[in-house]
Amino acid sequence: MSTLEIRNLHVTVETPEGTKEILKGVDLTINSGETHAIMGPNGSGKSTLAYSIAGHPKYEITEGSVTLDGEDVLEMSVDERAKAGLFLAMQYPVEVPGVSVSNFLRTAKTAIDGEAPKLRTWVKEVKGAMENLRMDPSFGERGVNEGFSGGEKKRHEILQMELLQPKISILDETDSGLDVDALRIVSEGVNRAKENTGLGVMLITHYTRILRYIKPDFVHVFVNGRVAEQGGPELAERLEAEGYDRYLANA
Amino acid sequence: MTVTDHTQATADTAHSHGVIPDKSRADRVVSFDVDAFPVPTGREENWRFSPVRDLRPLFADEAADGHLEWTTSELPAGVTLAEVPADEARERTVREPGDRASAIAVKHAGGAMALTIAANTVVEEPITIDLNGVGGDVRGHLLVELGQSAEATVVINRTGTARYSELVSIDLKDNAGLNLVLLQQWDEDAIHAGEVLARLGRDARLRGTVVTLGGKVVRLNTSAAFAGEGASVDLFGLYFADSGQHQEHQLFVDHAVPKCTSRVTYKGALAGKTAHSVWIGDVLIRAAAEGTDTYELNRNLVLTDGARADSVPNLEIETGEIEGAGHASATGRFDEEQMFYLRSRGISEEQARKLVVRGFFADLIHEIGVPAVEESLMRQIDLEIAHVEEELEHE
Ligand SMILES: Nc1ncnc2c1ncn2[C@@H]1O[C@H](COP(=O)(O)OP(=O)(O)O)[C@@H](O)[C@H]1O
Ligand SMILES: [Mg+2]
Repeated sequence: MSTLEIRNLHVTVETPEGTKEILKGVDLTINSGETHAIMGPNGSGKSTLAYSIAGHPKYEITEGSVTLDGEDVLEMSVDERAKAGLFLAMQYPVEVPGVSVSNFLRTAKTAIDGEAPKLRTWVKEVKGAMENLRMDPSFGERGVNEGFSGGEKKRHEILQMELLQPKISILDETDSGLDVDALRIVSEGVNRAKENTGLGVMLITHYTRILRYIKPDFVHVFVNGRVAEQGGPELAERLEAEGYDRYLANA
Repeated sequence: MTVTDHTQATADTAHSHGVIPDKSRADRVVSFDVDAFPVPTGREENWRFSPVRDLRPLFADEAADGHLEWTTSELPAGVTLAEVPADEARERTVREPGDRASAIAVKHAGGAMALTIAANTVVEEPITIDLNGVGGDVRGHLLVELGQSAEATVVINRTGTARYSELVSIDLKDNAGLNLVLLQQWDEDAIHAGEVLARLGRDARLRGTVVTLGGKVVRLNTSAAFAGEGASVDLFGLYFADSGQHQEHQLFVDHAVPKCTSRVTYKGALAGKTAHSVWIGDVLIRAAAEGTDTYELNRNLVLTDGARADSVPNLEIETGEIEGAGHASATGRFDEEQMFYLRSRGISEEQARKLVVRGFFADLIHEIGVPAVEESLMRQIDLEIAHVEEELEHE
């Protein structure tokens, strides 16, 4: 049982116009096995929240705390956070030319576990996980995200999540830009991880469609750098009908 | 038509130097006469990026008494290595020297060493020549000659230290195929200026790989000239410059006859405040060279602040009847987003850097085609990266 606890998180970035506060006091607690949907309009700070938890150097935490099972996440380096059990499926995964997917996966698994996986079982595990996500075996030989389509990139993110087995996973708009078939495949992957490892999920999304495939326990409406309202799945249905206008008018 | 562009990037800026008008590459002076080349001042077109002060010992028209220690793999049948007297060596050289250092190397080398591979001889195993410097001034003249339809791989590895200048002449008769690997793994105080001159007969194939990791100053000037139709050159280069290192690679591919193909692919990584690399790639397609197909590429990866990569591709085209001609040059900062991506998967900073740099060089290393060299290079690159980590820690 793990708990990610975000308390009064304030985050700024440097822009050409000066320092800009993007997160203005975020409170959120995610336990193992729970799925929290974070829904909000473009520019409301969803990715900033995700990156700040993962430790991207561009974002400066000016106030508040983030802990994982009581450990201070903000004190950890980026790789230490991953080793502690956090995972971020990125909205725009970057290319790493010349580094093969299979080498990358093995290196990451070794780093997270602190020892190299047993070759035979690992090869089987990777193969099975790729089959589940309908990824061709030739994927392993390609460069990380090199020339991947949008859908391939998102499946590759979920592949990593399934293999690295984090405690808490943040999915940043993993659904955006996917057609229904790909959305289903990716959602199955998330549900598998929930079932197999009791993963806690922060499901960041702009659209309600993915919530038909991944059932949220909690829905948080994210507007202008903070949680404007929270509730159960019924809140998502209301958002689907009404959109974000109600919150934007108040902001 | 002359197309010149020049990109130069320091750690913080990447910008174009603008067009520097040049006379045709065809008009450059070549001569065995040292006096045809005044002592370079650094203002000349071909020396403008070079640290001429460090190179000065190589411009002195006087005898040099040092030598390199030669260790050669066992030579199979059809392959000979022999000393050639100075007069004959000059005659067997494919072209006259193109700069002062090269002319002096020939004049004071006291003759040449000639590696000769007889016609129709196919050598399966790589021929390796280790040249180890034990200090002092050394002048060298080397001939590599392949008879018609001969094929071989030759690996020349330079280690130790010296103030070394040389001319390497490569003569490929019709339909010969040579895979030549030149490794510069000098100690950190070596000074090396070399001219590599290749002439390709009809249907001949040259694969040349240059790897420069060591030395204080390494300046290699490679020219390939087509003398018969249907020939091809593939020139690959890999370099890694640290603080205090100047690594310069100039290339000239002379398409003088029809239907020849050339590819130039050089990649470099730079780390450390005073690391400096220079790449100048000249390609000349003469009026007679119809059906030419050429492409040259230089990419630089700047790992730390202060390192500087100069990159100047230059394509001169005198006929429109060609298959293709292009060039690309790019110098980029080490990508922090790539680092973040890898580290967010638990991979440490040092290992992430290693992955990215290895990935940058991976395709190039696989082109060398000598497994032992490829493996040792990957290890060398890991060592270079470990060195970068040390430098970063000290900042
Ligand atoms: N690195 C950055 N530099 C400058 N502005 C940024 C940066 N990251 C985010 N922002 C700004 O912060 C706001 C929130 O962005 P983001 O977190 O990407 O929102 P979302 O993911 O909800 O669309 C936007 O106005 C965006 O322009
Ligand atoms: Mg976003």
